[in-house]
Amino acid sequence: MSEEIKKSGDSTWVLNVAQLARIELTNVEEEKFAGQLSAVLENFELLSNVDTTGVEPTAQVTGLTNVFRADEIKNPSGKESRDDLLSNVPEVENGSIKVPGVFENK
Amino acid sequence: MENLYKLTIQEASTKLKAGEITSSKILESIIERIEKVEPEINSYITKTFEIARAQAKESDKRYVDGKPLSDLDGIPVALKDVFCTKGVKTTAASKILEDFIPAYDATVVEKLENAGAIMLGKVNTDEFTMGSSTENSAFGPTHNPWDTSRVPGGSSGGSAAAVAADECLFALGTDTGGSIRQPASFCSATGLKVTYGLVSRNGVVSYASSFDTIGPIAKSAADVAIILNIIAGNDPLDSTTVKEKLPDYTSFLGKDIKGKKIGIPKEFYGQGLSAEVDKILKDAIKKLESLGAEVEEMSLPSTDFAIAMYYIIAKSEASSNLARYDGIRYGYSNLKKDKTKIKDLIDLYFKNRTEAFGNEAKRSIMMGTYTLSSGYFDAYYKKASQVRSLIKREYEDAFKKYDVLITPVSPFPAFKIGEKLEDPLSMYLADVNTVPINPAGVPAMSVPAGFTSTGLPVGMQIIGPHLGEGKIIEIADAFQRATEHHLKKPEIK
Repeated sequence: MSEEIKKSGDSTWVLNVAQLARIELTNVEEEKFAGQLSAVLENFELLSNVDTTGVEPTAQVTGLTNVFRADEIKNPSGKESRDDLLSNVPEVENGSIKVPGVFENK
Repeated sequence: MENLYKLTIQEASTKLKAGEITSSKILESIIERIEKVEPEINSYITKTFEIARAQAKESDKRYVDGKPLSDLDGIPVALKDVFCTKGVKTTAASKILEDFIPAYDATVVEKLENAGAIMLGKVNTDEFTMGSSTENSAFGPTHNPWDTSRVPGGSSGGSAAAVAADECLFALGTDTGGSIRQPASFCSATGLKVTYGLVSRNGVVSYASSFDTIGPIAKSAADVAIILNIIAGNDPLDSTTVKEKLPDYTSFLGKDIKGKKIGIPKEFYGQGLSAEVDKILKDAIKKLESLGAEVEEMSLPSTDFAIAMYYIIAKSEASSNLARYDGIRYGYSNLKKDKTKIKDLIDLYFKNRTEAFGNEAKRSIMMGTYTLSSGYFDAYYKKASQVRSLIKREYEDAFKKYDVLITPVSPFPAFKIGEKLEDPLSMYLADVNTVPINPAGVPAMSVPAGFTSTGLPVGMQIIGPHLGEGKIIEIADAFQRATEHHLKKPEIK
């Protein structure tokens, strides 16, 4: 994290990432998480000591690329499996998942 | 016959085939044991004894007919509560999934069922497997059977404690940065983190998808080999699973280890290692030398950067994986409460996630959101992925020379419940010896190596090359035939 943030002890950055991640924080939590996360982020700075010039990043270790399988229906998604899946949904209407409006409910 | 709950898989399987005991008898003995020790241990989140009894009856019939399905037929297993089980609650120890009932089985669960294993229930973990103590659970902490004031380790703490307390014959866990090995070490069980992709992750709740692995926690290396034969292998539903033909892992048992080359990476024996753990490891290594292994000190210099690299990538992937939990299609939802308080869709997301994620899940999401945000991506995620390449290369080079590497699993034995809960950095640093393995993708096993003066278990980590599970089992089994640490049982009051 940037030096300015660390020095200022400002914790609004925590509020910002929480907003992005759809999590609300109380003032107490904001302060607590800011302290805990700053300590961890400071530890992350260790990596700046590693010379990685010209090193390709690794995202996965299998070496596999373009894994395909036949496009066959194994478990015909009949009523039963649909009902099983929908049984976990809080609100269902006519076999569809119902959610509140994207804009404020009037 | 009594105390059937104490049996290993090997012992139980022999007795079952000889007709000396039945699956139902083993099951009843285990159920009695669970009811007795659970008030002290709290391993189980959900018990499925009625399912188990029906399965055991079927297994009994197969043995009468002389047609058991496998060496696991009739063997009771506990599943970490991150494996989807059709019709049985799967919570990931999170409030956000407290009522979630999967519509299908994870591939490994299906494999175990097809092999005749008996499902005892779902066991505790840190929420979404994030943690090293099983304290971050919405269902309360699990207690270490060797000292109930201490943690069992984590995140597969429920699995390891259940094995150590004889509440199952074996358990399945998951390991993203040590979550099988560290609890196995803290509880004196034998736990294997497999090569990335050896066991299908289909139907298993994800933490960090490029590190997540699934593996057994059992009472011996021999039992691990039996389990691995059943659960390993390609799965069309997990495109990261291996395509190679796999060996019969029990063929690595009972071998002579004369001339095996063992590397001792010095970075794992430095500052921060408890003197007692150091001594126990040195004795274990001497034991392997006396069995004919050739031991040599070596170096893995990138180890010092492993924690930072690991946590940047793990939390980045975690924040992405946990984005799917919004309570719309399943899980905790305010739609089940007072609907008039929900303003709109985004308000529902905020309410569900804020109320139902625990602290470590929230920290992970925030950390990952931060390290992946534009402007910081290169400094954190990209840099960590480059360091990952360096670590991976170091392990590849090491295994050109050595059959296995041996290190402590944890720098110290089980810590007190509550000791590190509010200090995430110190909890992360406790994973120093296990986290380098997952980015490298190689397998590693925790094997009971001894006990501290106060009677706490200490595990030794045997690290092998890519798909080198056999090499690890060979060394671990030879060690266990020459020692008795893994046979010792805790006294639970």
